[in-house]
Amino acid sequence: MNFWEFVSSTHQQLLTDAYQHASAVFQCMVVATVLGVLIGVATYRSEWAGNLATLTTSTILTIPSLAMIGLLIPVVGLGVPPTVIALTLYGLLPVVRNSIVGLRGVDPTLVDAAKGIGMSRAARLLRIELPLAWPPILTGIRVSTQMLMGIAAIAAYASGPGLGNEIFRGIASLGSANALNQVLAGTLGIIVLALLFDAAYVLIGRLTIPRGIRA
Amino acid sequence: MPETPDISGTPRTAQGSEAAAGGPGRSGAATDSGGADASAAHGKTGATIELENLTKQYPGSAAPAVDSVNMEIKAGEIVIFVGPSGCGKSTTLKMINRLIEPTGGRIRIAGEDVTDMDPVKLRRKIGYAIQASGLFPHMTVARNIALVPKMVGWPKSKIAARVEEMLDLVGLDPGEFHGRYPRQLSGGQQQRVGVARALAADPPVLLMDEPFGAVDPITRDHLQDELIRLQRELHKTIVFVTHDFDEAIKLGDRIAVLRERSRIAQFDTPEAILTNPADDFVSGFVGAGAALKRLNLTRVRDVEITEYPTVKIDDPLQDVFDKLRSGSTNEILLLDRRGRPYKWLRRGDLMRAKGSLARAGTLVADTVTRDATLRDALEAVLTDNTGRVAVTGRRGEYEGVVDMETLMNSVHELLEADRLDAIEHQHHLEEVRAHQTHADQEGDGGGARA
Repeated sequence: MNFWEFVSSTHQQLLTDAYQHASAVFQCMVVATVLGVLIGVATYRSEWAGNLATLTTSTILTIPSLAMIGLLIPVVGLGVPPTVIALTLYGLLPVVRNSIVGLRGVDPTLVDAAKGIGMSRAARLLRIELPLAWPPILTGIRVSTQMLMGIAAIAAYASGPGLGNEIFRGIASLGSANALNQVLAGTLGIIVLALLFDAAYVLIGRLTIPRGIRA
Repeated sequence: MPETPDISGTPRTAQGSEAAAGGPGRSGAATDSGGADASAAHGKTGATIELENLTKQYPGSAAPAVDSVNMEIKAGEIVIFVGPSGCGKSTTLKMINRLIEPTGGRIRIAGEDVTDMDPVKLRRKIGYAIQASGLFPHMTVARNIALVPKMVGWPKSKIAARVEEMLDLVGLDPGEFHGRYPRQLSGGQQQRVGVARALAADPPVLLMDEPFGAVDPITRDHLQDELIRLQRELHKTIVFVTHDFDEAIKLGDRIAVLRERSRIAQFDTPEAILTNPADDFVSGFVGAGAALKRLNLTRVRDVEITEYPTVKIDDPLQDVFDKLRSGSTNEILLLDRRGRPYKWLRRGDLMRAKGSLARAGTLVADTVTRDATLRDALEAVLTDNTGRVAVTGRRGEYEGVVDMETLMNSVHELLEADRLDAIEHQHHLEEVRAHQTHADQEGDGGGARA
């Protein structure tokens, strides 16, 4: 059985896995974005707090993903919970870092101008600072997503959802007829998903970054 | 000025369809001058600003950054804060809209103490324009201008009309610029939009912090002219910070020369500061150019033009010789057929040119008209190697000559006259002050008795 025959015979299973993979990454990204931007907003004004947030999130990133999931299993059990927690934590760093860099990078004279024409602190943040910091934040989200695509494959180790299951099944049965095809299908599926997500981000960028600050 | 009945400000407002909606509100607010807010927000002409012992002391620094500034700015006047960098002029300005919180003293706008009011609300009543425009790059020109009216809750249709009106006011075609982003504008255009945004909600007071500092000199000149024109229409109270003394002279009704810690070295009209600087600091700041700057304010028509012996190019050679020999000067001016200055002839020139007028003498390099400033005339005199310049009429015909001596005498006379004016002006000020103090005391006494 060659690779294409394998894909067409198991496409039902592959599509389900791909969907679950994408869905897990997407949902974790939403949570990571919200958390990451909030952390960024809360800490960017202070040198100290901002650095602490960046340091903490980058420390999380240095934990090997297999170890992270392995450590989470005794705490939250198998399946979806360790996957979501691990992915969200890993997704935080680029978002937090780019939020802080983006918000700090807003021209102080503009913030001064916003203050000077009578904008409240909340209005300044929502209407001036966040929109101006949005391009770097979006870049952070994009980088996070690419990263999570790969890391999500490890989730299968904790019986999580996604294309990782194909890869792990293939590895577990190495030497059998379809082992290589399985690994290949899982890997290629992840690559295709990553490319699709990236295309989506380009589109989101075009729709949400105002023409006045588009590069 | 504060009681000017011209409440509608710009004629355009009066024509605008929304003026009717805004009108009653404004006049209502104007009568209700004791109200906690609103009175300043919609009063169309400028409001007075009083600074009383205004002080800013940053924690950890020994000396205050701004030390007890007392100043009274009349409604509808342009006051320029000028001084060396780091003198606290910007800090003083920013304390007026409380971007920097004062640590001492009071600020009163239109008589109302705003030192403790909500700064966000206060700032919506005070226009604020800064260097490099401060436009928000992610918003279109129209959205930038609409920001403050939106915040103070104007209805949508009124905001839309106001945006068009403001663009028109600062000399930008609304149809063309409405939907543009700031980066699609030149520096000068951005600055215009910045001023439009500052004026959009029709604040009585406008603070400008080196607004024209980042544009090229030619554009700056245009913007200054525009501001003068705008102010003639709007009569806002404008406080303007600059380090450029020439800009201060050009724009200011009064100039406050500030020294370190924002101490007022002199607060007076441009003429008075130019001709009668209060002390060495002010004269140092005015610079050695005071007399030269004064030359810009006077024209050739105001000074004496001397006659000079002339001959026409068609005159017989013998006449030319006779005039040269008999004249009191070594030189005569040769005019062409239409009476325009053509050549300067010296005594030896004709001999050297073997009697030919075509070859003799030096061509007239530069002339000035009667409308030229004395500075232009001086420039021409200085570049001429014999120290004089021919003055011409409308069609270039010869009218007379201005030379170094005339210029020097005129300038001395002008400066002397200015000095006398300034002294008189000062006497007058002192009298007014004395009178006021007297009246205040009388008033107090009366109040106590009553």
